[in-house]
Amino acid sequence: MKYACLIYNDETNAETNPQFGTPGFEPMMAGYMAFGEKHGARITGGEALHDTHTATSVRLRDGEIHRTDGPFAETKEHLGGFYIIEAENLDEAISVAADIPHAASGTVEVRPCMVFED
Amino acid sequence: MDERNRKRIEEVIQQEWPRVVATLAGDLGHLGDAEDAAQDAVERALRDWPTTGLPDRPGAWLTTVARRRSIDRLRRAKKGREKLVQLGRLEERLHKTADPDMVDPDATLLRDDQLRLIFACCHPALSDDAQMALTLRSVGGLTTREISAGFLIPEATLAQRLVRAKKKIAAAAIPFVIPPDAELLQRTNLVRTVLYLIFNEGYSASTGGDLVRVDLCAEAIRLAGLLVELTPDDPESWGLLALMELTHVRRNARQDGSGELVLLADQDRSLWDRDLHQSGVTHLDQAMRLDRPGPFQLQAAISALHNEATDDAPADWEQIELLYRRLLETLPTPVVRLNHAVALHEAGRSDEALANLADQELATALATYRPYHIACGQILFDRNPDAAREAFQVAQSLATNEPERAYLERRLAQLPAPSK
Repeated sequence: MKYACLIYNDETNAETNPQFGTPGFEPMMAGYMAFGEKHGARITGGEALHDTHTATSVRLRDGEIHRTDGPFAETKEHLGGFYIIEAENLDEAISVAADIPHAASGTVEVRPCMVFED
Repeated sequence: MDERNRKRIEEVIQQEWPRVVATLAGDLGHLGDAEDAAQDAVERALRDWPTTGLPDRPGAWLTTVARRRSIDRLRRAKKGREKLVQLGRLEERLHKTADPDMVDPDATLLRDDQLRLIFACCHPALSDDAQMALTLRSVGGLTTREISAGFLIPEATLAQRLVRAKKKIAAAAIPFVIPPDAELLQRTNLVRTVLYLIFNEGYSASTGGDLVRVDLCAEAIRLAGLLVELTPDDPESWGLLALMELTHVRRNARQDGSGELVLLADQDRSLWDRDLHQSGVTHLDQAMRLDRPGPFQLQAAISALHNEATDDAPADWEQIELLYRRLLETLPTPVVRLNHAVALHEAGRSDEALANLADQELATALATYRPYHIACGQILFDRNPDAAREAFQVAQSLATNEPERAYLERRLAQLPAPSK
């Protein structure tokens, strides 16, 4: 089964969300490398995202494209990236998600991906 | 058709239902499918048993029929890898138990299936409400009408809740497994918490005039008994059962003739269920023999001490205070701190009690907790009537059931007039 692991954390917190070039950045990246090595076989996709201020929200209403600066919603914890993983069941997906570095300072939302029978 | 016969058949079916569902859920790893298969078997039974009579092993009969229906269904359905695995497992299990009437149920397998089902129903990914409803339905075998009556919610709401919970189990693939050793303690604690929540729901209705909804309490006790059967080496499971029984002892004395709330100290002890007290004490002894104390055991011991109070000899408050002090070590919650303070007061240490209750952090945490204000009012009653009045009035504004409101009204009337 496929699960999406949506990684939320406070991007304004320099300690838990170190920027490139700051001392905390390398260790954080090392954490994600380690995660990739440990669970590599299960990871079928995923990306790290730029901070939410780089986001644009798009809506199509009455044939017109509306563009708004910023993320879909203002939240205290922000979507920073995601993985798509393979797991037998929810418990397995949860134990993988708990290894994602930002699970320690933020929240990882684990949600099953839809399966479309043909 | 013989009415009594029909009723007997229905009783047997309701009794066997949870075990059949547990076994099928173990087979299929899918609660919805398990219930569908069990339902099919029940319909067959209702059709056949009136004429053939009750089989020797009704549970095995139902399980075998349910498994055969599941195999039929799987064969006709689209094949995915998962379906093939289920089919294989079902056929294997069915082969092992050829003749429904000759089957000797594998007790260990059934025990494990029941545990798996309980752990799935009490999975932390489900909301508290969903866990309670699902446990009562699938493990307890209560009907949706019985459950909704117990919780005082419309049957449609309860039905929706069950549907959503089962959908989540299926969509997110909540597994039917006994949790790995590393998580077993935490998960078993969670099961006990769910059962205790059910008991509390029955014990103190928070709305309406009916203070004690007995049915849910009896059901919670029955489920706690089942948990003890399934985890006999876990002292906290014995402790939970004991705590529920020892509390339930006092159910008939909590309200007087006019439906008003009666505090523990004022209860008519002749209405206490002495047999149940004995049962609770026996179960607590079993727990203590395992020599691994825990919060449910401690709370059970406290409840037992309350039950041992007589008209001549009040409860052993010094012992109760000591037990609360120990309970605070593992469960330093605001409510336990409150109960400890009350015990201090009753044991003659009112200054300490008041000092504890006045703690800012505690007062804030319990600001909307009625018993906190009631306790403050009780302890201040003679020392500082004005402060006591204030406390009772806050409690009144927070009261959500009639017996409690009426009780507070009486207490307020007993205070001397406010000093100017």
